[in-house]
Amino acid sequence: MGQILNFLIRAVLQGTPLLYGATGEIITEKAGNLNLGIPGIMYVGAISGVMGGFFYNEAVKESVLSFSPVLALLIPFLSCLAGSLLASLIYSFLTITLRANQNVTGLALTTFGVGFGNFFGGSLIKLTGSATPYLSLAKISKVYQSFLPFGSKNGFMVYLAVILAVVAAYMIRRTRLGLQLRAVGESPATADAAGINVTRYKYAATCIGGMIAGLGGLYFIMDYSNGIWQDGGFGDRGWLAIAIVIFAIWRPELAIPGSYLFGGLYILYNRLNVSMQYQPLFQLLPYAVTILVLIIVSVRKKRENQPPASLGLSYFREDR
Amino acid sequence: MANEPAVRHAKEREPLVTISRRKNMPFWTRMCIRVGAGLVALILCGVITILVTGDNPFSIYYTMFLGAFGTADDIWFTFQNVVMLLGVAVALTPAFRMKFWNTGGEGQVLIGALATAMCMLSLGGKLSEGSLIAVTLVASLLSGALWGFIPALFKAQFKTNETLFTLMMNYVAIYLIKFFIELTDQSGSHTVGPSLLSHGWLPSLFGKPYLLNILVIGVLTVFMYVYLNYSKHGYEISVVGESENTARYIGINVKKVIIRTMILSGAICGLVGFLLVAGTSHSIDENIAEGRGFTAIMVSWLAKFDPLVMVVTSLLIVFMQRGADKISTNFDINSSFADILTGIIIFFIIGCEFFINYELHFRKKSAKEVQ
Amino acid sequence: MSQNAPLALELRHVTKVFGNIVANDDVEMDLRRGEVLAILGENGSGKTTLMNMISGIYHPDSGEIFIGGEHVTIASPKDAFHHGIGMVHQHFKLVDLFTATENIVLGIKKEKFNIKKSAEKVAAIAERYGFVLDPNKKIYEMSVSEKQTVEIIKVLYRGADILILDEPTAVLTPQETEKLFNVIRRMRDDGKSIMIITHKLHEVMAISDRVAVLRKGKHIATVETASTTVNELTEMMVGQRVSLNIKREKLENTEDRLTVSNLNLVSYEGVKILDDVSFTAKSGEILGIAGVAGSGQRELLEIIAGLQSPTDGEIRYLDPQTRQNVDLRSKTPMQIRDLGVRLSFVPEDRLGMGLVGNMDIIDNMMLRSYRKGKTVFVDRQPPKALADKIIDSLQVVTPSAKTAVRKLSGGNVQKVLVGREIAAAPTVLMAAYPVRGLDINSSYMIYNLLNEQKENGVAVIFVGEDLDVLLELCDRILVVCAGRVTGILDGRTAKKEEVGLLMTKAKGGDDHGE
Repeated sequence: MGQILNFLIRAVLQGTPLLYGATGEIITEKAGNLNLGIPGIMYVGAISGVMGGFFYNEAVKESVLSFSPVLALLIPFLSCLAGSLLASLIYSFLTITLRANQNVTGLALTTFGVGFGNFFGGSLIKLTGSATPYLSLAKISKVYQSFLPFGSKNGFMVYLAVILAVVAAYMIRRTRLGLQLRAVGESPATADAAGINVTRYKYAATCIGGMIAGLGGLYFIMDYSNGIWQDGGFGDRGWLAIAIVIFAIWRPELAIPGSYLFGGLYILYNRLNVSMQYQPLFQLLPYAVTILVLIIVSVRKKRENQPPASLGLSYFREDR
Repeated sequence: MANEPAVRHAKEREPLVTISRRKNMPFWTRMCIRVGAGLVALILCGVITILVTGDNPFSIYYTMFLGAFGTADDIWFTFQNVVMLLGVAVALTPAFRMKFWNTGGEGQVLIGALATAMCMLSLGGKLSEGSLIAVTLVASLLSGALWGFIPALFKAQFKTNETLFTLMMNYVAIYLIKFFIELTDQSGSHTVGPSLLSHGWLPSLFGKPYLLNILVIGVLTVFMYVYLNYSKHGYEISVVGESENTARYIGINVKKVIIRTMILSGAICGLVGFLLVAGTSHSIDENIAEGRGFTAIMVSWLAKFDPLVMVVTSLLIVFMQRGADKISTNFDINSSFADILTGIIIFFIIGCEFFINYELHFRKKSAKEVQ
Repeated sequence: MSQNAPLALELRHVTKVFGNIVANDDVEMDLRRGEVLAILGENGSGKTTLMNMISGIYHPDSGEIFIGGEHVTIASPKDAFHHGIGMVHQHFKLVDLFTATENIVLGIKKEKFNIKKSAEKVAAIAERYGFVLDPNKKIYEMSVSEKQTVEIIKVLYRGADILILDEPTAVLTPQETEKLFNVIRRMRDDGKSIMIITHKLHEVMAISDRVAVLRKGKHIATVETASTTVNELTEMMVGQRVSLNIKREKLENTEDRLTVSNLNLVSYEGVKILDDVSFTAKSGEILGIAGVAGSGQRELLEIIAGLQSPTDGEIRYLDPQTRQNVDLRSKTPMQIRDLGVRLSFVPEDRLGMGLVGNMDIIDNMMLRSYRKGKTVFVDRQPPKALADKIIDSLQVVTPSAKTAVRKLSGGNVQKVLVGREIAAAPTVLMAAYPVRGLDINSSYMIYNLLNEQKENGVAVIFVGEDLDVLLELCDRILVVCAGRVTGILDGRTAKKEEVGLLMTKAKGGDDHGE
């Protein structure tokens, strides 16, 4: 019993970065932008947070500042948001203002973002002059993990991910903002005719979505990995987040169980008494399940479950 | 009363800049814009490199040049990288011309590589080298084709979103390779190396490494150029890409064209996987494609889906990567620096297309109405 | 309605020019409170342009608009809303995935967001005017008539007092039309002012209080419906016959090439698109088809070409070579083309049917012939020769045969399209709107081409918009109205008013009771 509970908790922890990414991508896609740069943005978010934390640490070491838990929390958090915002702005400017192809821009942003993360990560590691191939921000990590008085091992970002997903779900389904956002993603020409500023909505959705996704990277480093940055350590979690968007048929409330399920699948081989050899087959499962969902949704043709109708297309008013 | 604000509104609301689709732009102007964007990007990359390394700009560009073309070995290696990237780009292009967004090139290459490795491992020594190569080649083509066929079938039958489908197929292939490695490799090195894959190597022509690969991809590029521009299939692909309705209007079987084209696209990706394993590294791991499936999308797009122009665009990207690699070794900085520079260059080239496709009108006296 | 009812809207000297075409020429018009004003005119008479200026889509080049007696500038649809003007377009702007209510409140910023309350308000509006609408039904589950209802309520919800309906009955069944008219009457009695664009005369007589007639961009007159007749309106709408000096030979030895009998087509929505259509097209003759746009011309031609299948009816074709009588309905579009039955349809956007905009002229030439030859390669020599020939003989203005068709001007695109079909040496040539938007010289060039074909013994079917052209070019004129053949006239003796009357003589008039 305790083992099962333990496994479930680990699944939740493993699923939390995915949930951030999926929530962010859902908001973005609801405005019609297929942002394949999300894996890159998550890297940028992570490294921006790490850099913020690192320089704060240095300042503390050199006694410029004294260590304060509030600053230790806020500085990486805000750096992460700022970094992901800038990365999202690159994508937004290219695809919305300059109407570039979304797939190409997104993939380029992922190349850029992963490179950006690993470059600065590697550079910071070198700055420390240590021989280890990783960077440790244990002190800051402790703050992240123990910010809430309850839930001992689960830091506040585990809860924040759920809160953000629920708020996003509520906003999309129940508010005027959500209605207008969905209209932009379904039919930008109709939204435009109704007096909705399509460009503004697309920018806002992409940037807010990107910042939420970036927090997933921050959580992974500061909480899940105990403050340790390792080049490439984030792995393919960004793509899993995009898979969850499909799995959750573009609904943040379904992304919550979806993320935890995928998180569970990620570590399932540990639980079942199977040989290490079969680990890759378990890691393959989330993607196979996603493909299956994609097929089922398109075969059933239920209108409510389809991707936003203008997903992947730029909007140009004169083309109406 | 009520109308006064509205009148003023109308004046204020005239936008400062209006945008319209450009009808026509001379070839040379287009080229100048693209080259200009490339130059601006290079200068920006140079500035960033100076900030990071502190070296003077000319020595940086020279270092990059050395990285790509410094020694004979460098040149061969650069060309090997160019043709592999070119091969994937050429493979993806027919799908893109059809507006089928195949983001699954990586997986199609990997599955071809996996099929190759499995044949080499299981049949090595049991067949003559010649027939082993033939069997391996067929297996890689078929497996790549299968990876293209599956999403195409669902796209044709149910309009399943192909971008997301092919994207997911990449990871299925990656983990299948990992699984293969776990089963085969006992050393814990996470690769299956030349000691296990000891048979079925492609011969090196005239003692030159990679020459066969270069020739194969060269022929393939020309083939694809001819196929797309001069064959009936290529013509059908263009019509389907331009307008599915028109295609149906003139009696083209759209589903058949989608499936046929994706089988071709996947098979050529599989062939690249074959060349990577049997013709280059004689080993396999999940990074063997080095992300070319994704980079190739940009290569093909930057070349406006013209296989011959892709020679230039893939050379540009490989040059950037090799050059930046050299900078990072010379100045002892992180090798991911190359990805940052590549990203910046692509951003600029993607962005400049806007100025080719659209016209900006700045407001003068009384703005004319659009329409 | 009282003559002295206050004016809701006044147009003074409104002029709008597109390029060198005057769409509206010094138009004077007014709309009273609580009346239904019908705007009557042929295609291209400037009705829609005028309405677009009132609803803020276009801006008049000169002239003034008054609302409730005050001079206003309407720069955008938003401004129009502020002034209580709402337009219901022919093409609906709705998000398919949303409910009626969600679509109706989309973009409204003033009131508190509460879908439930809004749905109640929608239901109340529907109730008040007699609409039948479930506020929570999704658009993709709706019929065309329900979607139209959503569009109208959307306008009412925003508090519009002036409603402009652009050909609202074009997509409706007669029963739905009757329902719509009841709603319009209730809105009028509630004090709303309604402008309804139409070219169906019996509808004008049934619904309107006054009629404003436009012809070639000019306002001809506004009359009280009660004191006018269908004949008088027709005369005002079509005007005097104008001589164009198009040559017209009378050929002997014609034979029946294509015989259409009892053709019916009922749309998915249950609307009769074609109603028992029968006619013959003869070789060496131009058969004109006259009718207001959307009377079933397009569907008729597509059925003959095999691109649509009719609900029932027969199409027989006499093959001049084999002398066999062929049933066209059993053939595929390709086979029909190979028999020599060719269709060139110029749609309103000119591209999209039969041409691929991003391909060059040569590649467009081989769009239907590329399969020829046994090799896997396409042979670009014949299409290149054809492209050069067409560019030369039809004076297509283009940098070269390798220019993308999208980059040509409209007239030149049409020459390419029509030229390609004629070059195939057809036995039946169907040309729909081949001179749409062309200047005079290009138009005459097309007329000459059609005449040449006729003299070569081709059976030409010409669908046109301009009655004067039809009367001078065609040997016989088939008049259709709402999918029915209302008459077949001799082109040499027919009167313009006669054609005009037949064009608007829809079902439910004097000859058929409903």
